[in-house]
Amino acid sequence: MERLVRGRSLWDDAGRRLLRNRAAVAGMMMLTLLVLLAVFGPFLAPYAYDQVNKTDTWAPPLTHGHLLGADALGRDLLARLFIGLRVSMAIGLVATFVSLVIGVAWGAVAGFLGGVVDEVMMRVVDVLYSLPFIFFVILLMVTFGSNIVLIFVAIGAVQWLTMSRIVRGQTLSLKQKEFVEASRAAGLTQGAIILNHIVPNLLGPVVVYATLTIPEVILAESFLSFLGLGVQPPMDSLGTLIAGGAQDMELAWWLLVFPSLTMVLTLMCFNFIGDGLRDAIDPKDR
Amino acid sequence: MLRFIGRRLLVAIPTLFLVVTIAFFMMRAAPGSPFAVDRKLSPEIERNILARYGMNRPLTEQYLVYVGGVLHGDFGPSLKYKDKTVVQILEENYKVSLVVGGAAIILAAVVGMALGVLAALRQNGWIDIGVMGVAIVGVCIPTFVTAPLLVLLFGSILQVLPNGGWNGGAPQNLVLPITVLALPQIAIISRLTRAGMIEVLHSNYVRTARAKGLPTHRIVLKHALRSAILPLVSYLGPACAGLLTGSLVVEQVFDLPGLGKFFVISALQRDYTVVMGMVIFYAALVVFLNLVADLLYALLDPRVKFS
Repeated sequence: MERLVRGRSLWDDAGRRLLRNRAAVAGMMMLTLLVLLAVFGPFLAPYAYDQVNKTDTWAPPLTHGHLLGADALGRDLLARLFIGLRVSMAIGLVATFVSLVIGVAWGAVAGFLGGVVDEVMMRVVDVLYSLPFIFFVILLMVTFGSNIVLIFVAIGAVQWLTMSRIVRGQTLSLKQKEFVEASRAAGLTQGAIILNHIVPNLLGPVVVYATLTIPEVILAESFLSFLGLGVQPPMDSLGTLIAGGAQDMELAWWLLVFPSLTMVLTLMCFNFIGDGLRDAIDPKDR
Repeated sequence: MLRFIGRRLLVAIPTLFLVVTIAFFMMRAAPGSPFAVDRKLSPEIERNILARYGMNRPLTEQYLVYVGGVLHGDFGPSLKYKDKTVVQILEENYKVSLVVGGAAIILAAVVGMALGVLAALRQNGWIDIGVMGVAIVGVCIPTFVTAPLLVLLFGSILQVLPNGGWNGGAPQNLVLPITVLALPQIAIISRLTRAGMIEVLHSNYVRTARAKGLPTHRIVLKHALRSAILPLVSYLGPACAGLLTGSLVVEQVFDLPGLGKFFVISALQRDYTVVMGMVIFYAALVVFLNLVADLLYALLDPRVKFS
């Protein structure tokens, strides 16, 4: 009997290493659960997130049919938590995607073209880097009023800087490689080389950094919401829930504790997975 | 060295210029006015007020006047606090932020480095696993979670520390804000120190020092630490910036009369000049701290040339 030996690709290898990382696997399982709750939770919850129940004001956990208790208006905390989780995750994903697109494009072009173009583009990044961005985001929120699109754009616009630096560095080393030389010799246009050869090879570090960007974005949004500048009521994000809980904590500890736990758990999942991915994809980094 | 500083300062100029420009036009694009009051002002009075602050002139002219003023260190009068200039307001408020932020960064550096070194010396031992476990969790707990939770625990339930307030800078009022600000930084700094330390402990010159029979504490303090904290030094610039944003939350939760709290209030009140002054102040601070971090780095690592 002849047995075929299948070659192991870089990604097979990385996947194997990732699955051996216990923290990362735990993070992935927990995150799957959280995502499922964020997506389907609101349908399962016995109450709507904005349903006011006059008889249930300040109901502690496990009373009046509220698993996690209710707030000053008798709204069910569990239902609000599902919505908050959904909003926070959506913001995390969308804003990260925005930063990913800008950052990869900017970095790949700068690194690939090199010379004066690179110099100018990276100076722009340097200058933007030293701006106290959170203050500009706050200004933006105050001046134009907070709406969700603006939050996406503002946070995404801040987060692309590091991504573009990472991508540029990788591109610089990639363009020295023989296969890029070969496609140049074959007459591919620069745009085609960037798109077909550079960008796919950037995938590893980009995936790692994107995974680590998501919790940062969630954090930034919650930070704004905590200051009252983010998501507006009756919509909730984890940040607004924590802010509200902090105001009422003397009366109802559950309003602060459960959203805080959810927040920390979500951030931990993303960070564990991100760290695991980094170790898996770039084993020499350990 | 002087040329290096000079060049870095030259890069700082367009940065700060950009800050001034964005801040100026963003604030002016905002709907709402700093002079809005409950009852409607008569047109003449409104015109007089605008003229008083030079806001009836074309926007570009106002901009040039403002930039000219900033270059002379004049950030204009506050639009809300009638008899104060922006500089006076900054002077009144920066001390609180400086005390809390400075104490937090020092606490974070000392505790973080100590924990990192301990963990590295006992790599994979229980101290290491414990410290790194706490650090990983610590990074994931934002200040706006720790701040209210600690207030709830120590202020409301145990009632050993006050819930907030400045109280003339009394120590018991500062314990919680400083701790809250320092915690995430301790987590990051201990991780950085541990990583740097482990790498250095495997280097040849440390092995030589060991072979000479030097005691461990001497090896660590005299030989290893200096290069082990290099990554830490370049982290310090961003760390201080992070502390600034953290202070926005902390000053809000603990009701401290610092710059962070004032910034949010001024932005909501559309006190243009105060907000712009603060943004410029923060930007200058960040630029300055990054420069200091770079210089420190070069001092610690002679391989770095000032180029």
